[in-house]
Amino acid sequence: MNKILWPILVALTLSACGTTGGTQATVEDRTGGTAGTASTGQGTETTGVGGSGVAGNAMGDQYAGDPRKNPASPLSKRSVFFDYDSFVVKDEYRPMLEAHAGYLMSKRDAHVILQGNADERGSREYNLALGQKRAEAVRKALAVLGVSDAQMEAISFGEEKPRNEGHDEAAYAENRRTDVVYSDEK
Amino acid sequence: MGRNEAVCGPGRVQPMLDCPIKKAFVSPMSVSMLRAVLLFPLFCLALLSAPFSARAAMEIQVIGGAANKIAVAMVPFQAAPGQPSPALTQIAGDDLNRSGQFRLVDVGGAQQPVMPAQVDYGVWRGKGADALVIGQVTAQPGGRLEIRFYLLDVLKQTQLAAYSYTITAGQWRATAHQIADLIYAKLTGIPGAFSTRIAYVQKQGRRYELRVADADGQNPRTVMRSNESVISPMFSPDGNQIVYVSFEDRKPVIYVQSLKDGHRRKIAAFKGSNSAPAWTPDGRRLAVVLTRDGASQIYMINADGGGLTRLTRGSNIDTEPVFSPDGQTLYFTSDRGGSPQIYRMAASGGEAKRVTFNGSYNVSPAISPDGRYLAYISRDGGRFSVTLQELASGQTRVLTDTARDESPSFAPNGQAVLYATVQGAQGILGTVSLDGKTHARLSESGVDAREPVWGP
Repeated sequence: MNKILWPILVALTLSACGTTGGTQATVEDRTGGTAGTASTGQGTETTGVGGSGVAGNAMGDQYAGDPRKNPASPLSKRSVFFDYDSFVVKDEYRPMLEAHAGYLMSKRDAHVILQGNADERGSREYNLALGQKRAEAVRKALAVLGVSDAQMEAISFGEEKPRNEGHDEAAYAENRRTDVVYSDEK
Repeated sequence: MGRNEAVCGPGRVQPMLDCPIKKAFVSPMSVSMLRAVLLFPLFCLALLSAPFSARAAMEIQVIGGAANKIAVAMVPFQAAPGQPSPALTQIAGDDLNRSGQFRLVDVGGAQQPVMPAQVDYGVWRGKGADALVIGQVTAQPGGRLEIRFYLLDVLKQTQLAAYSYTITAGQWRATAHQIADLIYAKLTGIPGAFSTRIAYVQKQGRRYELRVADADGQNPRTVMRSNESVISPMFSPDGNQIVYVSFEDRKPVIYVQSLKDGHRRKIAAFKGSNSAPAWTPDGRRLAVVLTRDGASQIYMINADGGGLTRLTRGSNIDTEPVFSPDGQTLYFTSDRGGSPQIYRMAASGGEAKRVTFNGSYNVSPAISPDGRYLAYISRDGGRFSVTLQELASGQTRVLTDTARDESPSFAPNGQAVLYATVQGAQGILGTVSLDGKTHARLSESGVDAREPVWGP
């Protein structure tokens, strides 16, 4: 696993440095250049989203209160899905994890629970360990991006809290997952 | 007689109180020749369906069994005047039937003897009975009842055992299981396990209940309720406590709960996940799986939550630890070789050796009380089945024909394996004999039962 995961983590780290500007630019385009005010370090994703692209309605004000709830922000994305028998964080989750890393580094009192899950097939305890492996993969990815260990806890629900209670491959795929859950949102 | 515990009284966490049975020895026992019957090889492949139902919460269905069954005639015990006729003989008969080693002889139309002197052995030989059980219930002062029963060898026309019990009205069931244990032991030479208990988790809608029941699934008592999942229960070796993993704290945390008074304590709530507890045979410590240092690894912890030490040191999954009966060896599941397999190592730590080799998914080890057998779940194609491996020879045998089996555990006498499986869309519990020929289902309609474990 490490042979596969580590290059990806390195790539994530590099991309975190290399693409921050790009991400920031995108956000700034939508928010009228207000990003600078709240931006610290790599946490550019957390900034300009306050204005949001849906200005003028009540929902917009809500996002202004909590950037993590803005559907336009990668911060609103909370789930990392895994292939069967896999614990590799796929490249498509890079923007999302960069956003959360940025938020966590900008808010040192913020704390996330990384909740790993597994599909229902096989032993409950072994599935708990599989879910833990998926939570741990996301924890490591965030750590490489600079998030402090004290701000994260990787835990597993195994097969005990399926998002999809079906018994087919589509349901299983939905349940092979790690959720990023902020402690103040529980 | 620590086994005779019954829960009395309702409550969220129900206390289990001792209700001991007084037992008096009436006459000396004699040795039975009948045990030789059991030593014949068992080659019967035909599945004989013998369904019957019990009145309490769980339904029991027995399928199959050994070819050379001991034929037992159980005459309903003569009831005390004015007392309701107890289901004593039915409960004890169900126990014997479920073992697969006995055949119950129809006693209809025959004489109904109460004392050995009244027995016409020719009649019972004619009915094909190897053994005969008779008895009576008499009222005693203070609302107590005396039960006398006799186990007779029909072929030799001798008395194998005679016992009397003085019980209260709430002890019918426990007494019936004790009678079944005595009959089983006399006729097979193996201790019975009918007076033991099982624990399991029942799911109804979104509610989870940890339950303790008699070994036949009857008389269930809820010892813990939660709106979140509960997994991996295990009785302490003395049967007075139960350990389990609860998700009520929004993460897996290990609790030890007294079955006497319902009090409980967290013994492992470290950062990360806490799961897969297993008592040492002396009951002082537990192996647990923690992720506080990253990967799922096995640690040892005192039963009071102190004295944490790490046992395995890897970066892969090590989980589902279980001790050999002598406490010297730890068996566990690991994916260190690429697929989940069962390994063993010295309980003090050190190098692990792989134990299972067939297939790419072998998990959930359980060790028989005599240390000879390993039961586990193996995947073949898409099917997960209870598999038995003789540790000395490495020979394996698939015990079940179901496809979604989980959580095997041995009966305290080592003669059967309890496990969970799925029938339709519902989780049910089952037992299977070590030869795979006798299957019994313990299930309650409308609810999911899972995570069973057999206790003392």
